[in-house]
Amino acid sequence: MPIISTAGLARTFQTKNGPVEAVRGIDLTVRPGEIIGFLGPNGAGKTTTLRMLTTLLPPTGGAATVAGFDLEREPEAVRRKIGYVAQAGGVDPQISVREELVTQGRLYGLGRTAALDRAGELARDLGLVELLDRPCGALSGGQRRRLDIALGLIHRPKVLFLDEPTTGLDPGSRADLWDLIRSIRERHGTTVFLTTHYLDEADELSDRLIVVDRGVVVAEGTPSALKRAYAGSPDATLQDTFLAITGRGIAPGDATPVAV
Amino acid sequence: MTALLSDTALIFGRYARQTLRSRFQILFGVLMPLLYLLFFGPLLTGLPLGGAGDSWQVLVPGLLLQLALFGALFAGFSVIVEKQLGVVERMRVTPVSRPALLLGRVLRDAALLVLQAVLLVLAALLMGLRAPLAGVVIGFAFVAVLTIALASLSYALALKVATPQEFGPTINAVSMPSMLLSGLMLPMALAPGWLDVLSHFVPFRYLVDAVRAGYVGDYAGTAMLYGVLMAVALTLISVTVGTRVFRKAGA
Repeated sequence: MPIISTAGLARTFQTKNGPVEAVRGIDLTVRPGEIIGFLGPNGAGKTTTLRMLTTLLPPTGGAATVAGFDLEREPEAVRRKIGYVAQAGGVDPQISVREELVTQGRLYGLGRTAALDRAGELARDLGLVELLDRPCGALSGGQRRRLDIALGLIHRPKVLFLDEPTTGLDPGSRADLWDLIRSIRERHGTTVFLTTHYLDEADELSDRLIVVDRGVVVAEGTPSALKRAYAGSPDATLQDTFLAITGRGIAPGDATPVAV
Repeated sequence: MTALLSDTALIFGRYARQTLRSRFQILFGVLMPLLYLLFFGPLLTGLPLGGAGDSWQVLVPGLLLQLALFGALFAGFSVIVEKQLGVVERMRVTPVSRPALLLGRVLRDAALLVLQAVLLVLAALLMGLRAPLAGVVIGFAFVAVLTIALASLSYALALKVATPQEFGPTINAVSMPSMLLSGLMLPMALAPGWLDVLSHFVPFRYLVDAVRAGYVGDYAGTAMLYGVLMAVALTLISVTVGTRVFRKAGA
């Protein structure tokens, strides 16, 4: 039983210059406990797909179930089962780490004491204990990211969606975050669905890659299977594989070494 | 229903604490009406303003609603900031009640503006205002209701527009004519016929007239009746529009 499955999931935006088909029909399945790297060039429809899967944007076509619930008919049930960490994060810089965590828990229906306990527990797991009384705005990039993920995990979701989780982090913080994501999956069996622009990250972290281009899935498989199929050898770089699949780089400037 | 109430309380608490952290935010809103009170109010004493009561009983109700008008209409700016920070989106992926996201915010605004209204009336007492207590309390109630109505619309607009550059001018285009055409500064009793007629199409006029009636102890006249009816209608429409926008945005 897949934890995410979509059939022909599509989104068309009406603009002044006529309709724009951002996502033309996504078919994918994700098994419980997988870490999925969701890749594609800029404008491929990654973010739009992610926003649909997290109930933020209603699809204009197709269907999907997420964590056992129909995306369109039961968005509220889906919300209770998923965590979403947007690129922007979404914390108020003036508010303390503790208060943001507790409020987040209460937004998911925890009582005050339960929310406080859960905030403390996550702070211990994610190395935020010393920071609990600091305003969120005073955290470093890596600390901020750990807080964002803690907020996404407060209600023990079955699926965690991460939108470009390591953008803007230094190499050390990125490696720490990868370890964190792996340990979340190992300890809680959480399914992780992440978008990224960094091919080394996708390679390192994902069990399976799903590549989208122009609003449809153009390839999927384990990193080594994709390398073998598209670049001719399991030792090929993911960059070459990606170019072979989409005919262009993952993002402008990706010809230079990724993630410095 | 209980989820709506507890979620509203939760959102109210978050934003109330945010307000309490900033004494500047608490006091700044009262500055403009306070300046009118200090430097404009004294010009009116002794002028025939065409109504019951002295000039303070005419001016202070107008300043109270001016406070609510501007304070509430610009409330949406905070949502624009929160949209950019990603806070709005983070809350929208939680199962929190969508109307609560609006109601918690507007109730915070109502509490803040009533507090500012109290400060303004205290200052007015020092300047020479004398009015019956019941009337003054009615005035605060109108401030609260007008705030709930206009802040709902402001948040709805803020959620819809893409940039702060669209939001500010739109709000100015509403607030300035509303202030001038509802006789907030000087009663429309002084206006030539055409202006008086025009002002009857501005809903705030009825609210100002009602608070002025309250300030001279006239609680059962037509001015109060029309003011209450208009305030209720305005609130129902605005909160409906606001919750609809918040619901849809969270679909």
